Amino acid sequence: MGYSEAVSQLSSLTVNQTGSRALLFYVVCVCVCVCVCVFSSSGCKVLLHFVNQSGMKTSVSAMEGESLLEVVINKNLQIDGFGACEGTLACSTCHLIFEDGVYEKMEPMADEEMDMLDLAYGLTKLSRLGCQVTVERWMDGMTVRVPQEVKDRREKPEAEI
Amino acid sequence: MCGGDDEIPTLTRRLSSASGPGPKVCIVGGGPAGFYTAQHLLKARDDMVVDVYERLPVPFGLVRFGVAPDHPEVKNVINTFTQTAQHERCYFYGNVNVGTDVSVEELRKAYHAVVLSYGAEANRSMRVSGEGLAGVFSARDFVGWYNGLPSNKELQPHLNCETVVILGQGNVALDVARILLSPLDLLKKTDITQHALDTLAASRVRRVLIVGRRGPLQIACTIKEVREMINLPDTAADMLPADFESISEALKDLPRPRKRLTELMMKTVKTESGQHKANKSWGFRFLRSPLEVLPGPDGKRVAGIRLAVNKLEGSGEDAKAVPTGQTEDLECGMVISSIGYKSLPIDPCVPFDPRSAIVPNNMGRVKDTAGLYCSGWVKRGPTGVIATTMNDSFDTARMLLKDMDSGMLNLSVNKPGGQEITALLKERGVRAVSFPEWEKINLEEVRRGTAVGKPREKFLDVKDMLAVAWS
Repeated sequence: MGYSEAVSQLSSLTVNQTGSRALLFYVVCVCVCVCVCVFSSSGCKVLLHFVNQSGMKTSVSAMEGESLLEVVINKNLQIDGFGACEGTLACSTCHLIFEDGVYEKMEPMADEEMDMLDLAYGLTKLSRLGCQVTVERWMDGMTVRVPQEVKDRREKPEAEI
Repeated sequence: MCGGDDEIPTLTRRLSSASGPGPKVCIVGGGPAGFYTAQHLLKARDDMVVDVYERLPVPFGLVRFGVAPDHPEVKNVINTFTQTAQHERCYFYGNVNVGTDVSVEELRKAYHAVVLSYGAEANRSMRVSGEGLAGVFSARDFVGWYNGLPSNKELQPHLNCETVVILGQGNVALDVARILLSPLDLLKKTDITQHALDTLAASRVRRVLIVGRRGPLQIACTIKEVREMINLPDTAADMLPADFESISEALKDLPRPRKRLTELMMKTVKTESGQHKANKSWGFRFLRSPLEVLPGPDGKRVAGIRLAVNKLEGSGEDAKAVPTGQTEDLECGMVISSIGYKSLPIDPCVPFDPRSAIVPNNMGRVKDTAGLYCSGWVKRGPTGVIATTMNDSFDTARMLLKDMDSGMLNLSVNKPGGQEITALLKERGVRAVSFPEWEKINLEEVRRGTAVGKPREKFLDVKDMLAVAWS
């Protein structure tokens, strides 16, 4: 059945108790969300968690299809010096570290990305450049982080790769 | 004054923050280090005022004068620097020479802290005889020439020889090689200076050799730049297979970045052997150090270079080049030494280590000098890309902020900041260029460039820049 039919069916039900009315409201909301996700051309909102250089975690709702660089810029996340070259594969400052299970599901890197990523500060085996990674629905709930700030310059993190 | 377009609001803002109780920091040098340090400081405290002093009328340092014209994306950082300069608590003073127009001591009196971010304007010398012959250039000067650095506008390199030898194998060396061999059609759409284009149009250079002291596993350039050389149209890679013979065994233990770079170079050796002849060629030569630049019959111009043949002691990044006693001569009509930039001391009151050519410091705090900090190449030495300088500048800014929080920098004393310095400069007949005045220069350069299909046509003369700025 279509969205409008579902809503009219639900609203035509007679409800006697406040609890049932609340439940009805909840069900309608869920239907609306599902329908927006399914029928909207700009896609779903995807929940992402970003951990910045000081360990501060911020959760944001990103749009499917955005690059992670765009998410950081649009949501004004407090990550120092992110995206210096503005997504043109001319630097490594949008370097992000992913979770194990997530990393292997991502599209493999092109040479051009790897060329720049290889120069990144604090490079790991789970690293990618944020400007080359697009938000997809299956990423919902994932956490990405940037290399942690070194408190003492003498403790410069060795590249792990 | 810089800031807004309208005189009165700017003056009000200046007076309120200038006489305000917040910290005032002065940054010497308007390149990436200066701007990234400023950016971090401004974000951290909303009572912080940052003044950036720059010797030239135009900002951005090596982003403008060092990054190759065919790497415009790298220059996108200018956008973030522009935002910083336009911040209401940031003031740019171009055309002010710290060291001659105003002393570091005077800056230290006027500000709570001074950050030296003036980079490395000189170059390391090869220290071989013949270095002064015509046709021998430092890469720093050659790059300055094609990028419109005013002090290099009279360089006039003659490109009427077939072979150019470049000493050094960092990214700067590869930039120079690529500019020498790139098709003019590509270059003329970039912001390379017109006089460089004219010289390149008449160039007879067909072969560029890029020579390093050590071996392939120690090469300092990065993979993107090597790929660009390989992809040059009508240009073959001319490598010596013998240079790569003992390398394959070491490959498997290398970290990924080094491994991929080495594999790419080795692939070049395989594909190019027995290839059809292209009109131009480029190649690496390893285990060679310059001994002497050889003059031609007139004794005035370079005709060749004598190289010491080295062997490696040790392996990996720390391997050392040791002379074997053998030598080798290469014929060439031009020598470009790309063995490193070098910082110079700015002021007698600032400590300077002549051996390492940096300001001695402890994580950005200048040694034995309260209230003085440094960031960028003058702090660490002249290596690394913009991102390296960015991280380094943030480190210095964090150190400075920590010192403010701990009371090591005494913020209870109000400092006059830019007010005092502008008064001093006025007394001395020095007029600064504000950021909006730079923007007039910028607009005019872009306008001139658009007329000829380029992103900008740079002014080569300081007096022309000033004429536009103050028009």
